[in-house]
Amino acid sequence: MKNAPALLSHGTRSLIALLALGWTLLLGAADQDYGLAPQPIADNTWVLVGRSEDFSFTNGGNIVNAAFIVTRDGVVVIDSGPSLAYGQQLRRAIARITDQPVKWVINTHHHPDHFLGNQAFDAATLAALPGTIKGIQSEGGAFNENMFRLAGDWMAGTEPVAPGRALAAGPLEIGGHHLELIALDGHTEADLVILDRTTGVLFAGDLVFHDRAPTTPHADIARWQASLSQLGKLSFKTLVPGHGPVSAGPAPIRQTSAWLAWLDNTLRQAADNGLDMTEVLALPMAPEFRKLAISQAEYHRSVGHLYPAYELKALSGGRRGK
Amino acid sequence: MKMFRTLAALAMLLAGNLALGAPKAKPAGDPLDSPRWTDMRKEMFPAKARVVFDDRVKVTAPLTAENPMNVPVSVDASALTDVREVLVFADFNPIVRIVRFEPQGAHPGLGFRIKLQQSTPVRAAVRTGDGTWRIGGTWVNTTGGGCTLPSAGSSSPEWQKRLGEVSSRVWERKEGGERIRLRVIHPIDTGLAPGIPAFFLQELNLADQTGRPLMHVEGYEPLAENPVFTLDIPAERASAAYRVSGRDNNGNTLSAEVDK
Repeated sequence: MKNAPALLSHGTRSLIALLALGWTLLLGAADQDYGLAPQPIADNTWVLVGRSEDFSFTNGGNIVNAAFIVTRDGVVVIDSGPSLAYGQQLRRAIARITDQPVKWVINTHHHPDHFLGNQAFDAATLAALPGTIKGIQSEGGAFNENMFRLAGDWMAGTEPVAPGRALAAGPLEIGGHHLELIALDGHTEADLVILDRTTGVLFAGDLVFHDRAPTTPHADIARWQASLSQLGKLSFKTLVPGHGPVSAGPAPIRQTSAWLAWLDNTLRQAADNGLDMTEVLALPMAPEFRKLAISQAEYHRSVGHLYPAYELKALSGGRRGK
Repeated sequence: MKMFRTLAALAMLLAGNLALGAPKAKPAGDPLDSPRWTDMRKEMFPAKARVVFDDRVKVTAPLTAENPMNVPVSVDASALTDVREVLVFADFNPIVRIVRFEPQGAHPGLGFRIKLQQSTPVRAAVRTGDGTWRIGGTWVNTTGGGCTLPSAGSSSPEWQKRLGEVSSRVWERKEGGERIRLRVIHPIDTGLAPGIPAFFLQELNLADQTGRPLMHVEGYEPLAENPVFTLDIPAERASAAYRVSGRDNNGNTLSAEVDK
């Protein structure tokens, strides 16, 4: 078969060349380093704190907090990051700390920065609330496409993978860590909070933002506030928000709640006063929130997500006719 | 899969560069530096018409549109006198024309929502009594795709039952006069989503209690689904009640009272 290469058609050779080029691009992208540095925050517990920014070609989508708990019965990962590359680098970061295998990868909710690293892990370890699994199945593809537009090459090779294991609210003991799974909603239709009673760490997911303005593409503010008041009643030592720095107390819960209350009030008043959406976008930011990272951009986005519903309520005061 | 998508994009980029050569020089004078402006000038206005850029035509829209199917835009030409008609268009939309209106008694301005397919200038061309077209505009960035998706209404019989329903409200303005906001239930399909024909609001009229016209609006496919309109009525034309009427391109009519 020494003449075999000559038997390949021109088309096949072109395809091989294209594949080689594609592989080079893939490898090139895999070289992009998120610089993941796990910070110990409690016994056996590490957090990877993302940047308080928007998705960009510079940060590759690393704007999110991921965490892991090393137990004597394997590692529990909480959120897998925004891309395949992030998932792979998270695995390597964990392997530098422990020989324990990853036994659980739990997605707190279905937003892309919290689950697109799933692909890097054994599919049997992936777990989430049923609503989150459903959300990843229905919206994961569109989220992934959008992340390619927002973060570019960092996303190379990433495909959405929905967890197969459905979690239910309640206690879950893993390797000596007594976890409490708390099923809430409001940031999305299914928001999982994990309280590790053994260490006193509360993994709040995106129900809690810290020094970074909350995002609202799937938000129901009333339900979100109800969830926050439930979190406020829990006893814990350390709070890991979905975005922003880890906190030693419940202050980020109050901060998130205050932002949502301001947003709700601002949009309701604007609709009641007959403001057009372009006028609502131009309203000034409350001074107390200007210090939150990207508050202006998130306010603008939230107006887009939420104002139509407030308008509808305000307009229903008028008469309908056919 | 992703690799192929990346390669396809790369191939298209290369092919595009070869086919088109270097980008064309930007037209002199367009404050938005759009490579489409020369085409817009030819398509939208008679060759002999006087067309000028004028800062007094204000177009307000977000720099980045969160939802390409529902982008808020408002036009304000109240710094000009004798405004006869206003044509709103987006250079890079597959359907360029968005809305045309005649402020017959209302303030020369309108707030509305649009669908955008990609980042584009959104412009308002205002024809004043002297026949001059005065152009203002702004760039809107968006991830896009808003024109080729089906409306929510197109797949929901429930919404179709409410076709043409109008909700509205009137506010007194601090500056004098009144503000009217209207929301019309209509899917407004562009005809660019597979298997769903163009179905859109072609005409909307607002008149006062005695039937004197205040605003005439002609809609095109890129208006957003269930569009919300904002318009202001000067004090001298304020009325105890207002009437809205209109029709779509399938002959469905709408008619509603806007009382206070």
